[in-house]
Amino acid sequence: MSEKEIKNHGTGQSLSLEEIFEQRIARDEKIEPKDWMPEKYRKTHIRQISQHAHSEIIGMLPEGNWITRAPSLRRKVALLAKVQDEAGHGLYLYSACETLGISREELYEQLHTGKAKYSSIFNYPTITWADMGAIGWLVDGAAIINQVPLCSTSYGPYARAMIRVCKEESFHQRQGYEIMITLANGTPEQKEMAQDALNRWWWPSLMMLGPTDAESVHTAQSMKWKLKRKTNDELRQQFIDQTVPQAELIGLTIPDPDLKWNEEKGSYDFGEIDWDEFWQVVKGHGPCNKERMAARVNAWEKGEWVRDAAMAYAKKQEDKKLKKAI
Amino acid sequence: MKNENKIQYIYGIADNALILGQRLSELCGHGPNLETDIAMTNMALDLLGQTRSYYQYVAQLSGDGKTEDDIAFLRIERQYKNVLLVEQPNRHFGYVITRQFFYDAFHLLLLEELQNSDDETVAAIAKKGIKEVSYHQRFSSDWMKRLGDGTEESHQKVQEAVDDLWKYTDELFHMTEDDKIAVENGVGVNTAALREKYDQRIRDVFEEARITIPETKWFQKGGKQGIHSEHMGYLLSDLQYMQRTYPNMKW
Repeated sequence: MSEKEIKNHGTGQSLSLEEIFEQRIARDEKIEPKDWMPEKYRKTHIRQISQHAHSEIIGMLPEGNWITRAPSLRRKVALLAKVQDEAGHGLYLYSACETLGISREELYEQLHTGKAKYSSIFNYPTITWADMGAIGWLVDGAAIINQVPLCSTSYGPYARAMIRVCKEESFHQRQGYEIMITLANGTPEQKEMAQDALNRWWWPSLMMLGPTDAESVHTAQSMKWKLKRKTNDELRQQFIDQTVPQAELIGLTIPDPDLKWNEEKGSYDFGEIDWDEFWQVVKGHGPCNKERMAARVNAWEKGEWVRDAAMAYAKKQEDKKLKKAI
Repeated sequence: MKNENKIQYIYGIADNALILGQRLSELCGHGPNLETDIAMTNMALDLLGQTRSYYQYVAQLSGDGKTEDDIAFLRIERQYKNVLLVEQPNRHFGYVITRQFFYDAFHLLLLEELQNSDDETVAAIAKKGIKEVSYHQRFSSDWMKRLGDGTEESHQKVQEAVDDLWKYTDELFHMTEDDKIAVENGVGVNTAALREKYDQRIRDVFEEARITIPETKWFQKGGKQGIHSEHMGYLLSDLQYMQRTYPNMKW
């Protein structure tokens, strides 16, 4: 039997490895690390899973910005725990990615050199406490819509990681919304702070669901591999339809004069998204792209002597054990 | 024992947890690797959780309608009774670990005694904290060894931190008037009596970590009287920012 072909004994037909692979995915079977997979599948998954992991890690920074200034002990503890969850998500997503034959060091290298992308939303600054509410409510809300379908994606380790991620994200989303409720029901200053945060985070959150279908380069292939179950535009519509009533419920106004319920299609019509802004931020020229990267690179470089020490110490301990054994 | 003395006694313990928790919080997202980042955040969470329990009890004792947040955020600098050690800045990872190690060694011994306090609430908070702080102590001791007996550079860096922070360790064992009253009333712990065990613990870990005990006999004190280092004001500006800017609001 050749590498490329194996016989299907039952029918006498020849099926390539790739055809067998595609059939497995069509049958909703999980692909595991040791299974054969097309190189393109491996590469696409490394790209997407690592992008996702990087987003978790970079996403710690805008929220981390408010931990020391959180307005109450209860909020401080909740925010710390949330940012810690994101570190945890990063950890198991990096682990899932490593099963595809790439090391964590290589993945960091790709992030630090700008080769790998992360979610652009984290390049916006967090300038008031209400941003902690808006991020939880809108950014985690949009993330969940993106991520729930991934719980049944074809690559086993990714799907399993996503089940846990989604559970925690939905908790974060409720927590963020609860911050917004408190502010919206608070003093005029607090309500204004909440509205201002919604004004600033609304459009970037819509952009988070990705370019329009016409512009999205990876959609077709990703749908086939179940890395995607709905298109970007469908997901965006779902996010808007779900979020608008939540804003209304707490008396906040979505900053879109064209937003209107469309009885016929049973969903909201909405205004034009500023895609120039989207691409500007994606290409590295958002308000905080440089700061976010500098913070990560700084943590990594300043941590080098610490990691080296841990390695050296572990090796010394290992050597001692060996000596004893001899 | 008068409530006011008891409250001051509790501040002497709780403020350490708040301020060290705040310092550790600054590091969230900036650790040398993800695992360490998560572990340090865990310690911050434990310490802030303990802080809340103590302050909630103080709020109850004071009976003047003050909340845990009034206590955490709305005192003036001179009213915080934490030791100087815990407010020292995160200069580098060696400082973070050394500060933690000195405090953990003391903190665990303290809680092990405090769980026998005649005050049931204080005893319960201490008892709950022991498990958490045992983990902190293991974490910081392990890192002292890794840094001390790791590379030449890490050894030098952690020794530098030990040399710098050593002068703040003596204050851990000073007894204020309120501490003495608390001991007399069976509520508090005689910290002077913990000294021997503490010194032994430090010597044991240092020996394994190849770290030299500084020879200085000069120590700093003042935190317990609310006389802090210059770092404290900046820490409090962050901590109190929201409550000071937007007074009397619910968050």
